[in-house]
Amino acid sequence: MTATSVPQAASPTAGAPALEARGVTLSYEKTSIFENLDLRIEEGEVTTLIGANGSGKSTLLKAFGRLLVPSAGSMELGGQPLRSLPTRAVAKQLAILPQKPVTPSATTVRDLVSRGRHPHQSLFQPWTPSDSRVVNESLAATGLSELADRDTASLSGGQLQRAWIALVLAQQSPIILLDEPTTFLDLSHQLDVLRLVRSINRERGATVVMVLHDLTLAGRYSDRLVVVGEGKVIADGKPWEVLTPEVLRRAFDLEALVIADPTSGSPLIVPVDPDDHRIELGT
Amino acid sequence: MSARTSVEKQAEPIEGSRFFGRLWRGRVVVVTALCVVVVLALSVLGILAGSSSLSFSDVVVTLLGGGTSGQELIVFDLRLPRVVGGVAVGAALGLAGALTQTFARNPLATPDILGVTSGAALGAVAAIVLAGGSYSVAAGLLSLGLPAVAAIGALLTAAVVYGLAWRGGVDSYRLILIGIGATAALGGITSYLIARAQITEAAAAAQWLVGSLSGISWASVWPVLVVLLVVTPIAVLQSSSLDISQLGDDLSTGLGVAVQRHRVVVIMCAVLLTAAAVSASGPIEFVAFVAPQIARRMARTGRPPLLASALMGAVIVVGGDALVRGVLPGEVPVGIITAIIGAPYLIWLLTRRKERESYA
Ligand SMILES: Nc1ncnc2c1ncn2[C@@H]1O[C@H](COP(=O)(O)OP(=O)(O)OP(=O)(O)O)[C@@H](O)[C@H]1O
Ligand SMILES: [Mg+2]
Repeated sequence: MTATSVPQAASPTAGAPALEARGVTLSYEKTSIFENLDLRIEEGEVTTLIGANGSGKSTLLKAFGRLLVPSAGSMELGGQPLRSLPTRAVAKQLAILPQKPVTPSATTVRDLVSRGRHPHQSLFQPWTPSDSRVVNESLAATGLSELADRDTASLSGGQLQRAWIALVLAQQSPIILLDEPTTFLDLSHQLDVLRLVRSINRERGATVVMVLHDLTLAGRYSDRLVVVGEGKVIADGKPWEVLTPEVLRRAFDLEALVIADPTSGSPLIVPVDPDDHRIELGT
Repeated sequence: MSARTSVEKQAEPIEGSRFFGRLWRGRVVVVTALCVVVVLALSVLGILAGSSSLSFSDVVVTLLGGGTSGQELIVFDLRLPRVVGGVAVGAALGLAGALTQTFARNPLATPDILGVTSGAALGAVAAIVLAGGSYSVAAGLLSLGLPAVAAIGALLTAAVVYGLAWRGGVDSYRLILIGIGATAALGGITSYLIARAQITEAAAAAQWLVGSLSGISWASVWPVLVVLLVVTPIAVLQSSSLDISQLGDDLSTGLGVAVQRHRVVVIMCAVLLTAAAVSASGPIEFVAFVAPQIARRMARTGRPPLLASALMGAVIVVGGDALVRGVLPGEVPVGIITAIIGAPYLIWLLTRRKERESYA
């Protein structure tokens, strides 16, 4: 898997439109998960949402991706309410990979990834060679070229996860929302995906918002971390500002040491188990 | 996947007919064309088959306008409406089945589960049974004609089911459960009406419920043809959205499909097609279920191909009816034949589903 070969955007979109939550309340039926939340996603940054299970990360991401309509307040894309924009126009600006997509039956990997081109097509804009090129580049970027003609039902969990990521890449949107893109992946493929995310961010200027559970990887590959819990944003900032023992205790009820990762210099989270013998660190 | 796919891939790795490749895989075109040929052949057979024997040349001469008045009556007023009606009803059911199976992402989701068929059945049976009594309402309804009453029952039921399933949008799963509930409830009422009916009316109702082309006339064929001509293009325009919708509501929205609007269009198409077909011929069992699945297996696509499913429906109904008239003794309703073929197919599909999950 060559994480460096990124699908070339038709025009390397600098300046993605801003994505912003303004006083939103997000709820399912009667239970509200967030109330009166403000959060602005900075353009051209990799922002990662972290937080405990059930804290509302997916809920927030879905709201940014217009899959969940706020019961109050508004989600805005480029200063305009998401709801007022035609969904196909939004799809050209913003791609979202939900946590639980449905795998279609009897569909090859290439077919699946081709569907990422849907927003760019219409009755009068049929499939073109450039669509095929984008699909091939997305397959290559996720290391799936060899598997392109396999049935999606025959893929391993990790291979399938990469196919979903390829689909989202094929959408070529300046904003990409990814809900747990590294689930099912082995550590090496997790790194590949995150390096891919970073290269899309750097080379295409794409804005990325994702949900990750591995705090160390989140800290290493993000410009900004947003910690959610207790129905609000608990902490927000650069990895070293956010990944402190206090925040981890509050957000995850976790005792942990935070040390500098010797290879990258980013925060390395070491969970502490009270049953283990404490070993004096360093000195 | 088949060897064919990989060969094709080597032949045109990227460029060429990828657009065709997506919407119109070569195999779909072949299957569709094949179905057209078979439908035409069976239609000719259907015009030839029947109790009063007309030779092939008699039929051709009559169709060209040179037959005797007796031959004209048989060909134009008896056999042609029956064959054209069979094609139209079969196509409507096949297309409706393809639409419901696709939007529900479930091969067992036939238009019946939307409550349409049971609504039509209740309407028709009520009209037949109650008109025998002195209920002026029923007599009034029946004066509209049995097909119209059945259509009203179908559309009303579909509207109620859709309304009950609505919660700021319609979820396929919820819609199916409510449709199944409605089908059971209406089926109960229909059975009750038959149970307390006079024997002749009960027999007439039971006969209608089997589904048959024997009573069909141009008057009931036209509405099906019109619905088919209007609805088919609308349904075909939903093709790419149907493809995307296989990825679930969330990803579909993400890819720019207006999910709820798309779903309403698809359901309306399925309801209109089913209502039209059932009103004309009574419920012909299993066509809407089997036709799309056969078409899909032949075309090897991820979801039932729309036009091929419609044509396959036509093949089954016209073929079944030709069989009934030409081969079997007595007038066996075509609905019996399709049920006899369809039920074992359903069982076979269910037993096979585990091994070949991806094609089920
Ligand atoms: N469709 C739904 N209907 C009702 N409640 C829901 C729904 N989806 C999520 N919730 C609830 O909303 C809360 C937040 O869920 P969410 O999926 O956003 O959590 P998360 O932070 O993504 O968790 P995880 O890390 O497990 O993915 C949870 O309490 C969950 O039970
Ligand atoms: Mg989640």
